[in-house]
Amino acid sequence: MSQAHGGAAGPPKVSPINDPRVRSFVFQAVLVLVVVFLFVEAFLNARENLQRQKIASGLGFWDNIAGFGISQTFIAYSEATSTYGQAFWVGLINTLVVAAIGIVLATMLGFTMGVARLSKNVLVAGVARWYVEIVRNLPLLLQLLFWYNAVLKALPAVRDSVQLPFSTFLNQRGLFMPSPVPQAGFTAVWVSFLVGLAGSFAYSSWARKRQAATGQQAPVGLVTLGLVIGLPVLVFLAMGLPLQFDAPKAGRFNITGGMVVQPEFLALLFGLVIYTGAFITEVVRAGIMAVSRGQTEAAFALGLKPNLTTKLIIIPQALRVIIPPLTSQYLNLTKNSSLAVFVGYPDLANVFTGTVLNQTGQAIEVVGITMLVYLSISLGTSMLMNWYNRRKALVER
Amino acid sequence: MTATTDFGGSPIPRGDQPVRFVRADTVAASPPPSSEVGPIAWIRHHLFTGPLNIFLTVVIAALALWLLPGLIRFLFIDAVWSGKDREACIITEARPVVGACWAFVAERAGYFTYGSYPIPQRWRVDTFFVLLGLGVVWLLSMRLPRKDLAALYFFVGLPIISYVLLVGVPALGLPYVETTLWGGILVSIVCSAVGMVVSLPLGILLALGRRSSMPAARLFSVTFIEFVRGVPLITVLFMASVMLPLFVPSYLQPDKLLRALIGIALFASAYMAEVVRAGLQALPKGQYEGAMALGLPYGLMMRLVVLPQALKITIPNIVNTFIGLFKDTTLVVVVGIFDFLKAIEAARIDPRWAAPTVSTTGYVYAAIFYFICCYLMSRYARDVEARLAKADKR
Repeated sequence: MSQAHGGAAGPPKVSPINDPRVRSFVFQAVLVLVVVFLFVEAFLNARENLQRQKIASGLGFWDNIAGFGISQTFIAYSEATSTYGQAFWVGLINTLVVAAIGIVLATMLGFTMGVARLSKNVLVAGVARWYVEIVRNLPLLLQLLFWYNAVLKALPAVRDSVQLPFSTFLNQRGLFMPSPVPQAGFTAVWVSFLVGLAGSFAYSSWARKRQAATGQQAPVGLVTLGLVIGLPVLVFLAMGLPLQFDAPKAGRFNITGGMVVQPEFLALLFGLVIYTGAFITEVVRAGIMAVSRGQTEAAFALGLKPNLTTKLIIIPQALRVIIPPLTSQYLNLTKNSSLAVFVGYPDLANVFTGTVLNQTGQAIEVVGITMLVYLSISLGTSMLMNWYNRRKALVER
Repeated sequence: MTATTDFGGSPIPRGDQPVRFVRADTVAASPPPSSEVGPIAWIRHHLFTGPLNIFLTVVIAALALWLLPGLIRFLFIDAVWSGKDREACIITEARPVVGACWAFVAERAGYFTYGSYPIPQRWRVDTFFVLLGLGVVWLLSMRLPRKDLAALYFFVGLPIISYVLLVGVPALGLPYVETTLWGGILVSIVCSAVGMVVSLPLGILLALGRRSSMPAARLFSVTFIEFVRGVPLITVLFMASVMLPLFVPSYLQPDKLLRALIGIALFASAYMAEVVRAGLQALPKGQYEGAMALGLPYGLMMRLVVLPQALKITIPNIVNTFIGLFKDTTLVVVVGIFDFLKAIEAARIDPRWAAPTVSTTGYVYAAIFYFICCYLMSRYARDVEARLAKADKR
């Protein structure tokens, strides 16, 4: 630039106060110093405060006996012998279970309602619209408390349980269902299911290649159905029905046998599914509306039938718009599952930042670990979804 | 058209004879068949197209007929409107069915609104509500002028006045009111208002930092934003509530409400930063380049050119973020703050009001409050969005 002005005396003289590089360096140095100062100060204060309050630090508590019970455990856990570490894993698995089931159900609800929202039937569209308006404008906590206290706690007591078909009972203590007890030979059913799954993948990829090469279509849907469902059912029948059910029996004060879904779990699941479902509804609606009408018309002009148009033209394009916000809804659901604290479902936040924090008092470690877990779930999911998104993204010139 | 289409007729016109059989005026359009217009056709097209729609219509109509009368009976007809304690709402021989217990809401309305704020001092809370409402209307209404003064009032003046009013300064004749006495809607509003007042400036700074060319600023902003957005609000509140006291010197222990407010403000800032960043990204690059070409330094470029435009297109998203924040403030219960929902929870298990429908009534009251607030805000966001879309269409 200086040469353009014809000045041969080197770079122009700028006062250091106005030099953007100097300014930027000074600003960043100040920022770094302030951040470092805050961290050091926090560390020193924490050390002093912990010493004064006689709180241990470090992860030594991890292997200590926890000594508290947890109402729902999917892995071995006992009040007397298990450690805080095991309590952590129990809580984490409970969080993942409610999040996984919640995500599946919320997706189903959201897609149904999203399609209903665009229905020509004014009643159907109206129901979907008011579902979204009401649910999105109420705090999730209020909805959870309503489900837990006003609906599930208002169910009849054990003595007068509501009896549903298939020896299922519903009462204040939860939903009692028959539990399947696999007998000898049931493993074969699982194996045949896996074989069927692998076979259907192989078949559909073969069919896709053949269609690309010759244009001939294959009945992929029927074959998949037969392999994934039909094969295990056949094996199940051939092995002589190796599955029995342990039905719950209603006693006077309690119900024995079977398995029970706790009201805390149900309330949390209901709340999360209905709340997140409303947000997914709007995501799906926006995604479908983003596919321009010309796409449908062009597909019809090519002679595609309506269901093929939906499958091959509309859904792939709508999904491209739907996936990113859908991911963030899944993450929201997972993070919101920490509201389990309020209904007493033993998820990670409840077990760890609740009970373990109270017992050990090691706030920094306990809250830190909990945050780290949620953070890794969030970052892991977004990385996975970014990868998927890149694969599905529109390839532009 | 009409003159030439009628070619099948005879006799064939010859010479200069006038064409008699050609109509000069247009035939009036015949009315559409009665099956295609009017209410019946509308019903057929919107409710009874195909077996699936007929089925859905019937199911929804049946459900509505089954649920709505019960709901109306519960909320209005069987409801109890006045009374002093549980006697008004319990089931007796004379009154076997009891609907919503509005007497409970009416009797505890003061508690729901102010918590345990001393009754003679409650005018201070009312004044705060009015001042806040004025600020919000001035800031959000499209018609009122001088948004710069409105911003100054909302982000600088109002926080100071509110602190003086609510906490109290004995020297000014306003007795000191412990924050442990605050509760109900007051606390919910204070939490959301503080979240808003802090998160907007802080969010703008973080968003600018994230898009800055300085690596240290970018790293700091990205780390903060991704960290806070990756964890649930509950853990942020726990952090503010149990970790923060460890990090500050022992003589500087923050008050319980203040700790929750810090947690909310940090949480909201991270979300606001992403919203503002979207606005900054949506602005065409030419705006930045134009400002630079005029020789504006960074600060002036942002203040005069970029931020006014970016924030304007971000208003709907800011309002939507605020709706989320307003709903999320209910979570402060977890660190022992007495907000509106906690006031309902405490009142509904009070033995003085132990009656079968009290809990449901309390939740319905909370639901109506939150619904009205959030619905109005989302309507406002949608109106602004429509206005901006119209402005873009020229």
